[in-house]
Amino acid sequence: MSFVSRGFRGKRRDEGPSGRMPPGQYLVDDFPVLSAGPTPRTPLEEWDFAVTGAVGEPKRWTWEEFRALPSETLTKDIHCVTKWSKLDTVWEGVSVDTLLEDVESAAEYVLAFCDGGYTTNLPLEDVTDGKAWIAYSYDGEPLDPEHGGPARLLVPHLYFWKSAKWVRGLRLLDEDEPGFWESLGYHMYGDPWREQRYWGD
Amino acid sequence: MDEQDLKLDGNAAAGLLRELFAFELTTARGRCENCGAVAEVGAVSVYANAPGSVLRCPQCESVLMRIVSNGGRYWLDVRGISWLEIRA
Amino acid sequence: MARAAVLGRLSRIAWQLGAVAELVDETARVKTLVLEVPDWAGHRAGQHVDVRLTAEDGYQAQRSYSIASAPEDERLAITVERLDDGEVSPYLAEELVVGDKLELRGPIGGYFVWEVEQGGPLLLVGGGSGVVPLVAMLRHRAASGARVPTRLLYSARSLEDVIYREELGRLAASDDELEVAYALTREQPAGWMGYARRVDEEILREVSYPSGEGLAFVCGPTRFVETVADGLVAIGYAPEQVRTERFGPTGG
Repeated sequence: MSFVSRGFRGKRRDEGPSGRMPPGQYLVDDFPVLSAGPTPRTPLEEWDFAVTGAVGEPKRWTWEEFRALPSETLTKDIHCVTKWSKLDTVWEGVSVDTLLEDVESAAEYVLAFCDGGYTTNLPLEDVTDGKAWIAYSYDGEPLDPEHGGPARLLVPHLYFWKSAKWVRGLRLLDEDEPGFWESLGYHMYGDPWREQRYWGD
Repeated sequence: MDEQDLKLDGNAAAGLLRELFAFELTTARGRCENCGAVAEVGAVSVYANAPGSVLRCPQCESVLMRIVSNGGRYWLDVRGISWLEIRA
Repeated sequence: MARAAVLGRLSRIAWQLGAVAELVDETARVKTLVLEVPDWAGHRAGQHVDVRLTAEDGYQAQRSYSIASAPEDERLAITVERLDDGEVSPYLAEELVVGDKLELRGPIGGYFVWEVEQGGPLLLVGGGSGVVPLVAMLRHRAASGARVPTRLLYSARSLEDVIYREELGRLAASDDELEVAYALTREQPAGWMGYARRVDEEILREVSYPSGEGLAFVCGPTRFVETVADGLVAIGYAPEQVRTERFGPTGG
C-alpha cells in the first residue's frame, strides 16, 4: 500500500464486544438495506409458502395458514458478508422445523426461493433443529418490504445473504446447488466464524 | 431511505466495468436475453448496494449481468445478455 | 488544451495522484476542488472520476464525483457537496488544503456525455449537486463557441444553495441561445419570479423544447431523476432521448 490520504480517518468502526463479533466484522446501529433488485410487493392474498422438491408430498401454506402455525420470538446476532453486524436483533417467526414436521425426505440440501428470483442454498441440517425460521416480524413490527417483508428466511448462524428476503419456499435437494450469490463467488456454506465469504475461503 | 434510492443508472457501474474491460462499456448496446429489449449499457438499472453489482434490463428488470469483486478477484456473469455491440 | 479521451485507445484504468491547486467555496456546503493531474488524458463533459481515500491503517473509502471543468480547461475540477453524515465529502470539503494529494481514476462514463458535435437543442435538468455534470456541459459549450440552443432547469432548495450562480447568470446573459430557469423548492427571496415548487410535468412542459426535440440530460438524487424522466416521457420525449444519472444514497 503506497499512498495515504493526509488526515483521513474514515468513519470510526465499532469493533463491538469481544467474543460476539466474528472476524472482520464491525457493529452498526442502523439496519443497512442491501438489494440485488427491485423490492417485490406480493399482496398477502397471493402469497404462499411451499416445501417442494425431493419430498414425498409437497406442502403449501397460505398467509393465514402460515400465521396460524406456532411461532416464537427470538433474539439473535446477525452478520452480513459486507462486514456489518447487529447484535440482539429481535424477530418473530415460524421455525423451519415446524414447516418440515410432516415432510418425508432423504434430501440433504435445501434451496430457498423468493419473489424476485433470488435463491440461496443451505445444508438441510443448517435449517433444522432450531437453527432457522421464516420471520415475519422484526423489532416488534411487521417486517418491512425493504428488509424482506412479508416474510424472510432467518438463519443467523450463517452470513446474512443466506437469510433470503421475500422467501416463498424451500426446495429440498439431494445435491447442493449454488444459489444467486453462491454461483458467483460467494461461499457455498458461509460460516462467519471461519470467515467463509468467497470461494476457496 | 426509499428502496427506490437503491436503483442507479448504468454509469454507476462504469468504474467497475472499466476495471474489467479495456474500453468504456456504458456506450455498448446489448440485447436482453429475457425480453429482447435493446439498450445501451448506460441506460440499464444498476443495483450496487449488495454483495455484488447487478445490472437489470430497464424494460423487464431481469438480470443482465452480475459482478462480484474481492480485491483483485472478479466474478462475472453475463448470461442475461444475448449480445453486446461495442464500438471500441 | 483539450485532448479528447478517445475510446479506442483506453487501457486498463489506473489510479492517479492529483494535487489540490485551489479550493473554491461555492455555497455554504459546496466546494470546488481544482486539481493538477499530471498525465491527465482529458475528458468529455458529463464524465466522472472515482476518488479514493486511504487511512493510515489501510482502510479505504471510494466515491464518484462528476467532473465540473470543461474538457478545454487546463486543470481538472470536481465540485463536492458536504453531506453531514458523509465519510468522504467532509474530508474533501473541510480537511483538504492546497498542496494535498488526492487519489483518483478516470475519466469514467461514456453514456451521460455531451459534446458540441452532437448538436441540440439541449435540455439539462439538474437537482441539487446534480447540476455539476450539466455545468461541465455548459462550460464545454461556452468554450467551443457553439450556439447550440440550450436550456438548463436547476432545482435547488433556496437561492443560497444554487451552485455557480454568478457564472450561470453571466453565461445566460451573454448568450441568446442559452436559458437558465430555477425551481427553488423550499425558500424563495422576496419578489422571486422563478418556479417556487418541485419540478413537475407542468414546469417541464414550459421549459422543454416543442415535441421533445434533441437530447435531455437529467441528474440528481434518484427520486428527482425518476420524477423528471417520467415527466419528460409523459410530455413527448422518447425514452432514448432522455439520459439519466441518479446519484443514489451512497454519495458522501
